[in-house]
Amino acid sequence: MTERLHTYVDNLRSRNAEWVVSVSEGHGEVTVLVPADSIVDVCAFLRDEEGFDMLADLCGADRGPEEDPRFEVNYHLFSTTHYDRLRLKVLLSEDDARVRTVSSLWRTANWHERETYDLVGIKFEGHPDLRRILLPSDFDGHALRKDYPLRGYEPYSLN
Amino acid sequence: MATAVENIPAKFEVMDRPLGSEMTLSMGPQHPSTHGVLRLDLKLDGELVVNVVPDIGYLHTGMEKLFEYKKYQQGIVITDRMDYLNPLGNNLAYVMAAEKLLDLEIPERAQTIRVLMCELQRIASHMVWFGTSCLDMGAMTPFWFTFKEREKILNIIESASGGRMTPSYFRIGGLMMDLPAGFENRVRQFLDDFPDALNTFDTLITGNTIWQSRTKGIGVISKESAIDWGLTGPSLRGSGVELDLRRHNPYTGYETYDFDIPTETDGDVWSRFLVRMRELRESHKIVRQALERLKPGPIKADAPKAVLPDRDDMRKHMDSLIHHFLIVAEGFNVPPGEVYHAIEASKGELGVYMRSNGGPKPERVHFRGPSFVNLSALPVMAEGEMIADVVAIIGSLDIVLGEIDR
Repeated sequence: MTERLHTYVDNLRSRNAEWVVSVSEGHGEVTVLVPADSIVDVCAFLRDEEGFDMLADLCGADRGPEEDPRFEVNYHLFSTTHYDRLRLKVLLSEDDARVRTVSSLWRTANWHERETYDLVGIKFEGHPDLRRILLPSDFDGHALRKDYPLRGYEPYSLN
Repeated sequence: MATAVENIPAKFEVMDRPLGSEMTLSMGPQHPSTHGVLRLDLKLDGELVVNVVPDIGYLHTGMEKLFEYKKYQQGIVITDRMDYLNPLGNNLAYVMAAEKLLDLEIPERAQTIRVLMCELQRIASHMVWFGTSCLDMGAMTPFWFTFKEREKILNIIESASGGRMTPSYFRIGGLMMDLPAGFENRVRQFLDDFPDALNTFDTLITGNTIWQSRTKGIGVISKESAIDWGLTGPSLRGSGVELDLRRHNPYTGYETYDFDIPTETDGDVWSRFLVRMRELRESHKIVRQALERLKPGPIKADAPKAVLPDRDDMRKHMDSLIHHFLIVAEGFNVPPGEVYHAIEASKGELGVYMRSNGGPKPERVHFRGPSFVNLSALPVMAEGEMIADVVAIIGSLDIVLGEIDR
C-alpha cells in the first residue's frame, strides 16, 4: 500500500525537487511536507497527473503558542479512480499565517478553508468568500487555537 | 357562448418567464424542512431560485475544542452527538482512528458485531431520511411507517448498549460489553420483517407518479461537478461514481462481505433516492451475513494498558484492578503520531483526523462530516430550480445539522 504512495511522492520529487521538503510515514499513511508557497502547484500536479481528483478533507491545527512554526494545514487527498490517500502538510508561522487557496482546484475547499479560517485563524489568499462559517461574524478570536480558553474570554451568560 | 370561452386564455396568460425582479427570502433557521437549524439566504426571481447562500453554525458547540480537553475514551460520547442519526458510525470512525494510533488488533467477534450494528444503524438513518424527505414534499404517511421500523432498530441497539440515540457502544479496543441474551433472535425477527416494509415503501412512494414527477430531473449535479464539490456516499453514487469506502478502503472486515454498490447516472433527486432505497436492501444483506458469522470469542483487544478489563477479572486479579484504576483516573498514553481514518457513514465519507502528542488527551481531533461537505454543494444543485424543489434537494442530500455545525 505505502509503496504506491511513495511512487506519487517520487513523481512529485522528479517534477520539482523543491516541492518535497520531507516525507514521513506512519500507520499506513504518507505525509508530504510541502513549502507553503508551492501548495497550489503541488495540488494541481497531483490532481491532474496522479489522479487525486478529490480533496477529502482540509483542516488546520495549532501546534501550540510556543512552537515555531505554530500552525499547520493538512490536505487529505483522495482518488476516485485508484482510491489512494495522500496527506500534504504546510507549516505556517504565527506572524505570517497565510497560504494560497486551493478552492480554485477543488471547489469543496471553499467551506473547509472558511472553517479553518474561522476556528484556527489561517488566512487563505485568493479565497472567493473568506468569511467566518460556524461562529458569528463578530466573534472575538479563533476558538481552536491552543491559547483560546475552553469557555471563552467572557463569563458565560444567558442574558 | 362559444366566443366567451375563447376569450379567456387571452385574459389569463400563463407566466412561465422570469419576472426580472429579485427578492431575498430568508428560509429557516426554524423551517421544518431544513432538518435542523439551517438558514438559507434565497435570492428569488418569482419562484425561481437565482442564488442560494447556506448559513450554518446555529448548533455549533465547539466539539473539536472539547476533544482536546477530554481523554481519548471520554471523546466517544461526544461523537454520539454529531450525526445523531448515525451515532454508531461516528463512534466507529473515532475509535478506529485511536486504534490506528495505538496499533490495536481487534478480535473477530468485535469486528463482526461492529459491522452488524453499523449496518443496522445505517438502515435506521436511511429510515429517517426516507420519512422526512417524503414529509418535506407533503407525503406524510410514509413517515409513520419508517419510524415504526426505526423504532425496532433503536430497541435492538438499546438492548445491546443501553442507549437509543447515544449508544457509545464501541470502545477503543473493542466493545462496551458483549451482546445480551436473545439479541440474535431480535435481529433475525427484524430481518425477516424488514423486506415487507421495504415493499410497502416501494408501493407507497417509489412507484408513485407524483413522487417521480417531483424528483426526476430536479437538482442535477454532474459526475465531474460532484467530485469537484467533494460529494460522497449516496449523493455521489447518484451521479454515477461507484465509490464506497466499504469496498474501496475496506475497514472492520467489510472486504469479506458480499454486497453490491448501487449507482445511478442521472445525478438528480430521483437518482439519489433510488440509490438509498437499494442500499437499504444491501445493508439488510450485510446484517444477515454478519449474524451468521457471529461466533463466541473475545470482544476486546488484548491491551491491558488501554482497554478496560472485565469486571470479573478485576475482582480476581490485582493487576487488572490497577489497570482499571489507571485508565479511569489518568487515561492511557497514546504514542505520538497522526492519522486520518475514513469510514462510509450513512451519508458519505466520515473522516477523523486525530493527532496525539503522547499524552492521554488528543492534541487535535477534526471531523470531516459528510453532511458539511454535501451541503456546501447545495447552491450548484438548487440554482435555477423552483423554491419548492430546494426543499426536495435538501431532503435528497440527507443532511444532519449536528454534524455540520459540530
